[in-house]
Amino acid sequence: MGKYLLERLGLAVLTLVLLSMIVFVAGQVLPGNPGRAILGHFASQSAVAALNRQLGLDKPLPVQYWDWISRFAQGNLGRSYQYSAPVSQFLWPALGRSLELAVVAFVIVVPLSILGGVTAALNRGKAIDRIISIAGLSLATVPEFVSGIVLIVIFAIELEWLPVDAQSQGSFFTVLPSLILPAIALVFVLFGYIARMARAGTVEALDSDYVRTATLKGLPRRTVVFRHVLRNSLLPTITVIATQTGYLIGGLVVIETLFNYQGIGRLIYDAALSKDFPMLEAGILVIGVVYLLATLIADVLYTVLNPRLRLQGAE
Amino acid sequence: MTLALPAETSPTPQDRHTLEVDHLDVAYTVRGNDRLTLRDISFRIGQQESFGLVGESGCGKSTTVQAITRYLPRNGRVTAGSITMGGRDVMSMGPEGLRRLRAREVSVVYQEPGRALNPSMRIGRQVAEVFEIMGSPRKEAMERAGHALRTVQIADPGRVIRAYPHQLSGGMLQRVVIAMAIAVEPSLLVLDEPTTALDATVEAEVLDLVSGLREQFNTAVLFISHNLAVIAKMCDRVGVMYAGEIVEQGAAQEVFDDPRHPYTVGLLRCVPRRGHRKDHDRLDSIPGFLPSPGEVPTGCVFATRCALADDRCRSETPAMEDVGGARASRCFKHEEAPALPRATPADVAMRSGRTSSEPVIRVEHVSKTYSARGESVRALVDVNLELYPGETLGVVGESGCGKTTLARVLLGLTAPDEGSVVEISGQRVAPTAARRGRDELRLLQIVFQNPDAALNRRHSVRHIVGRTLTKLAGLDGEEREERLIDIVRSVRMEPRHLPMRPAQLSGGLKQRVAIARAFAGQPAVLVCDEPTSALDVSVQAAILNLLVDLQSREQVTYVFISHDLGVVRYLSDRIAVLYLGRIMEYGPAESVFAGPHHPYTEALLSAVPTLDGTGRERIRLEGDIPSPADPPSGCVFHTRCPRRLADGTCETVEPPLREVEPGKVMRCHLPLDELGRLEEQGASSRSSDDRGHEVGPHAVDHDVEVVGGLDP
Repeated sequence: MGKYLLERLGLAVLTLVLLSMIVFVAGQVLPGNPGRAILGHFASQSAVAALNRQLGLDKPLPVQYWDWISRFAQGNLGRSYQYSAPVSQFLWPALGRSLELAVVAFVIVVPLSILGGVTAALNRGKAIDRIISIAGLSLATVPEFVSGIVLIVIFAIELEWLPVDAQSQGSFFTVLPSLILPAIALVFVLFGYIARMARAGTVEALDSDYVRTATLKGLPRRTVVFRHVLRNSLLPTITVIATQTGYLIGGLVVIETLFNYQGIGRLIYDAALSKDFPMLEAGILVIGVVYLLATLIADVLYTVLNPRLRLQGAE
Repeated sequence: MTLALPAETSPTPQDRHTLEVDHLDVAYTVRGNDRLTLRDISFRIGQQESFGLVGESGCGKSTTVQAITRYLPRNGRVTAGSITMGGRDVMSMGPEGLRRLRAREVSVVYQEPGRALNPSMRIGRQVAEVFEIMGSPRKEAMERAGHALRTVQIADPGRVIRAYPHQLSGGMLQRVVIAMAIAVEPSLLVLDEPTTALDATVEAEVLDLVSGLREQFNTAVLFISHNLAVIAKMCDRVGVMYAGEIVEQGAAQEVFDDPRHPYTVGLLRCVPRRGHRKDHDRLDSIPGFLPSPGEVPTGCVFATRCALADDRCRSETPAMEDVGGARASRCFKHEEAPALPRATPADVAMRSGRTSSEPVIRVEHVSKTYSARGESVRALVDVNLELYPGETLGVVGESGCGKTTLARVLLGLTAPDEGSVVEISGQRVAPTAARRGRDELRLLQIVFQNPDAALNRRHSVRHIVGRTLTKLAGLDGEEREERLIDIVRSVRMEPRHLPMRPAQLSGGLKQRVAIARAFAGQPAVLVCDEPTSALDVSVQAAILNLLVDLQSREQVTYVFISHDLGVVRYLSDRIAVLYLGRIMEYGPAESVFAGPHHPYTEALLSAVPTLDGTGRERIRLEGDIPSPADPPSGCVFHTRCPRRLADGTCETVEPPLREVEPGKVMRCHLPLDELGRLEEQGASSRSSDDRGHEVGPHAVDHDVEVVGGLDP
């Protein structure tokens, strides 16, 4: 198992290095002059050149990349052009807020979609199966800015149950009510996909020979489902959930903008608009790290739960 | 071992039955239509009795099991009839009653032990569950699980209890499943093809175990199998199924000795028997096809394939009729059934055997070593073979012995180690097919086990065979078309099959296409890798006949790989017995089967169940095949050999292949006169077989050995 996980870890690091290169090169290719962007239209050409030199933008690309990535590895994310302040000062709180939103969305979507998928599978072919499958699919096809607006109109404007804007300041519990609507918009997108995977895995397990063995042993249906079906059927679902984490963080851009929430998606969006490359690059890299961590955790979980992988090479 | 006893002398109390199935009909709903899959199935199993259901694929054996345990697929349901177990009506049971029935009264063992166990639970837990249902606390259940595993004589129960299913071999897993099934001492044990996925030696052990447990626990048994010999060995009474009906029923020995339904008669004639050989006997076959599922013909279900059928058979449905001696046959003409005319003429006019002194294929010092994860696995070790035109080499051995690697090396699909020599018609060929010329490729062709996987589903028969004609025979235009029709006819297909795609053909026809493709380039050597293992026995017979005819006409050499010794014996001129990649015995087929045998060959031969039921003394092999990555020292077979020398030679010195008779080599330290000879009575059995032929070609021999099966 150790060897397998080391392999995965190595791959994750490699992916991260590649991602950083792509992000860096993309930052160079994008039109725009950072010095000009910072100093504004009326600054002199020499002042812009001096600032670019000060920022190290006149050095060859590999050197710039190396300077950037080694600073990055030490935790120095650079200075934001836009705010003339360290990127980290904005990035970490924004990431924290995004994670809060993501956690709320996950806490709702994971149990709900697994329950939905498993219920559909256990009632295969019946009305409830059709309803869950069709509802999941329909919700997944609605873009989050549409469902978000509909939610705002219904629950915030008409019913006035929940606030329109998501609050960014305050403790987790004070902001929680304002996170519910954006979280639900995210849940809509994710529910169909996860439920579908959970349903497929459960159907496969239900049709398996070992479930037949368990049933013909005379085990009660409940025991068969919980002990024999779910453990095997939810394994693939774990991987799906982990990959959705990546989507979730990326998908936050739209939701955070819509709900005016100061998360990492909103931060990146603003950075891109104002050509704040250090902020943009750092933001994308951090999302990359979060994504890779999530898949790594899924791999570990999958390995621990699957005896075939856990015991590989251990004999 | 359990002998098949005639019904009247069996210890079955006739008044109480463990299982009664009466006029059972089962239908599947397919696209809104009901398809009647089982029709009027009736049988009874007395206490402690063992009853067998035998038939080809699609006959409804497994559906019967599913109906009895009420585990039919979601679209299946019982439409008529009743099932009574221990006096209680199974069909009317509620969920709780059904659960209790499954927990206490009936246990089921299925074909694939590897899939029957939960992959993410330890074995001990899974076995213990059975006791927990019965109310044992968890700790006690675990202890009883350990005890149950010891009951099935599993090696190292302490390790097994902590193991996950993927860590155990197929034979061990089946023991675990049997341990679970027998643990609660059910009144009925259902075995659905329990040994079909296992090697012959393992099958023999599992069957012995089941027989032993039956005696110990006094359990009634319902045994489902496609293998007539297995049923004969395991069952007191038998029901022969065809197209969803039981067509004949009675004491197993009587049914197999003196069948009274044309289907049973035909089936028994399809199977190669001891003493039958390709050069003087031809297998019979059953013409036509199984009716498609759900098709309910008017009249007898078998009428369209029956040579005895007349107008009455085609219009009236025969009922199960008592034919005396507690036997019943669903046939108006059960008295004439034994005289069913053959579908294939019995006599063969064929040339066989060596016609040239030049070997067509020569294999010298062929080895193959795989490296995986730092370990090297020797899949083939110094194999030497010579084959002449028109000969058949049978390659036998348990799974993992190197049979398939040998085939792949010959074909150039796997490159052998340095120093290996493969010569075809005196020419050394390149190690891989990619580097072989067109002519070398043409000379060596293959027929695979599974025609479904071997034929491209998107191509028509014309394309599949025609392409080979273009590529290997270099034909085109009208010449190609003529040859195409020639070949298709030679495999007994019609030009009308040419535009069809594989999906439109039956399994047997698909295999014919594969054979036609292989023959299109006029090969010198045809490698057949289990070509009939995926086919039903009646289809197998037709394919074997075809292979024999083609060989006699084209003088092709076959390398015939099979686990079915009956088939190998019928076809082969020479036999190579492989074990852990090494040739253990190699020589003329007659001499290899006559003995004296290498101890491994002896074990293989004795593991095969026989239809006469008398059974020879079985040679038991201890344990599983060792890992080829870590072969035993000395003779690789010593860990399982019942005859190994007491002085320890076998453990330390690897025996060389020595010539024990002209043309026959063996890898064993033992002197010839200490080796076993399984067929000392073989001479007499063969003479009785000949006598059978004198009496008439339609007589069914009483002293026959039927090996092999009806379907995979």
